[in-house]
Amino acid sequence: MTINARAWIAGVFEHPRREIRDRSIPQLHAEVALGALADAGLDVADVDGYLCDSSAGFGAISMADYLNLRPRYVDSTETGGSSYLVHVGHAAAAIATGRCQVALITMAGLGRSGRAPSARSSGSPEAGFESMWGMSAISGYALAAQRHMFEFGTTSAQLAEVKVAASLHAQHNPHALLRNPVTVEEVLDSPVISSPLHRLDCCVVTDGGGAVLVVSPEVARDLGRRSVKVLGQAEAVKHTGNGRLDLTFTGAAYTGPEAFAQAGVTPADVDYVSLYDSFTITVVQTIEDLGFCEKGAGGRFVLDGALVAPEGRLPFNTDGGGLCNNHPSNRGGMTKIIEAVRQLRGEAHAAVQVPNCEIALAHGTGGSIGTRMGSATLILGREDA
Amino acid sequence: MTADHLPAPAPERTPETGKFWDATTEGRLLLARCDRCDAVIWYPKTYCSECGGLSVSWIEAAGTGTVYSFTVAHRGPGPFGEAVPYVIAYVELAEGPRVLTNIVGCDPGQVSIGHPVRVVFSDTGQGSALYRFELSTTSPSPGQPDA
Repeated sequence: MTINARAWIAGVFEHPRREIRDRSIPQLHAEVALGALADAGLDVADVDGYLCDSSAGFGAISMADYLNLRPRYVDSTETGGSSYLVHVGHAAAAIATGRCQVALITMAGLGRSGRAPSARSSGSPEAGFESMWGMSAISGYALAAQRHMFEFGTTSAQLAEVKVAASLHAQHNPHALLRNPVTVEEVLDSPVISSPLHRLDCCVVTDGGGAVLVVSPEVARDLGRRSVKVLGQAEAVKHTGNGRLDLTFTGAAYTGPEAFAQAGVTPADVDYVSLYDSFTITVVQTIEDLGFCEKGAGGRFVLDGALVAPEGRLPFNTDGGGLCNNHPSNRGGMTKIIEAVRQLRGEAHAAVQVPNCEIALAHGTGGSIGTRMGSATLILGREDA
Repeated sequence: MTADHLPAPAPERTPETGKFWDATTEGRLLLARCDRCDAVIWYPKTYCSECGGLSVSWIEAAGTGTVYSFTVAHRGPGPFGEAVPYVIAYVELAEGPRVLTNIVGCDPGQVSIGHPVRVVFSDTGQGSALYRFELSTTSPSPGQPDA
C-alpha cells in the first residue's frame, strides 16, 4: 500500500512573529495548532491524531495534555529539522490505514530569544569523539562545502546565488526577518565564519513555529477549503557509515528516488521546491541528490536566476526560506511544507506565485550534512492534479 | 601555533572507550578492529558495526593520514572563541576511517585537502589526550589528493 492521494493537507499555519519573548514553547504549539485548524475549518475536537517534536516536555504526551486532545494516533519522531516532513508521512500512513482521520502536526521553538533546548550532545554515542574540536553547526556544513568545492569545482559565488534568490523572494514577505535583497558581492564580502562559508551563507535564527493538518480524503471533501494531496514521502538517516563518511552527498540521495517513485512523478514534473536551506551548501547538494541535475553540477545549476520565482527553472523557497524568512529554533522543515502548500493553493505572494503550480516538493534535513542527518522528502499535488 | 594553542576539553568516556583514552596518555592512537571480518571500526565500539561480531581487538594506528576536508573556524563555541582562527578537519587515517579532529602547529592557510598529516596529542589534564594532527613536511603531489 502506498500513501499516494490517501491523505490530504487541509490546513497550515506559520506563526507570523520572528522574535517572541512573551510566550512559552507550549503556548506557541497551541497558537499554531489553532491557526491551522482555523485555516482548515476544523475544531480541536475533530483532531484524533497528534504528532510533534520533542521541544516541549514529554513530546506528544505533554502537548496532548496542554492542547486537551484525545489522539488515537501519536508520534514524536525526532529527526531534527526534518521531523515535520517525517510526521506528514507517518500521519498519511496512519490515515491510509484507518488509525485516524485528522492528524495535527505542530512545531514551535524559541531559538532567537535564547530559550532553545541545548543541543543534545551529552550521552550521544558520538559525543566522545566529536565534541572536543570546537565544532559549531556552521563548521559541519563548511566541511561539506569545502569537499564539494574540491571534488566538483563549486565556488563561493555559486553558493551565494542561493542566498540572492532567497532574498529576492523575501522582499515580498512582510513577515520575513530579512527583507532586503542582497547581491553575490554582498554575500562574498560578508565575514567568513567558517571557511568557505560566510555569514550570509547562513540561515536566520528565529522564534516561532507552524502547524499542518493532514486529513483523510473524506474529511477533505467536506471542507470548504482547497486541500493538497500527499503524493509521496520518504525518510532516511545518512550517517558516518562506520567512519567512511562521504561528504559529497546528503540523505536526499536516499529519499528522493523513493518519494518520486511513490508519487509517480519525476523531477521534471516538479513546478516548485521548498528546499531545506540551513546553509547555501545544503541547497546545492540537495538539488543534486534529488536529481534536478547531475551530481556535482549543483553550483552551476543555481546560476542565472534558476531558483528565482516565478520564471526560474526551479523556483524555490518563495517565502524567503530559512536564509531570509524564518528558521524557527534552527528547524526549517515545517516552514518548507507550509510554503509548498501555499504554492499549490495559489496563495503565495503574487510576485512569486508559480503559474499553474501542480506538483511541489518539500525537503527537510536535520542534524548536520557534515556528520549525520535525518532526511525527508515530501511530494504534494494540487487538489485537481 | 601549536596544539597547546587550542583548548583541550576532556572527552566523555564510556565503559567501552576507557582503554582508547588511557592509551592516548601514552601517545598511542588505538583503533578497534573486528576479529571476525577485520573491519576497522570508527568511532571505537566494542562490537563490529560492519558484521555484528562481538569480538574486537585494539590495534595501534600508524598515526598518519591525509586531510579529507577542513574548515578554518573564525568563531568558536565557548573557550574555542578565544582561539580563532583554528582548523577543524576530517583526517583519513592510513587504516581507512575519516576522523574529526583539529589540524594544529601551522598557519591555517597552509592546510589543504590531500595534505599528509601525522598525529600529535594534547593533554586534557584529566587522564586523556586529544588526537590532533600536524602537517607532515612532505607536500602532497599535485593532482593526487587523497585516495
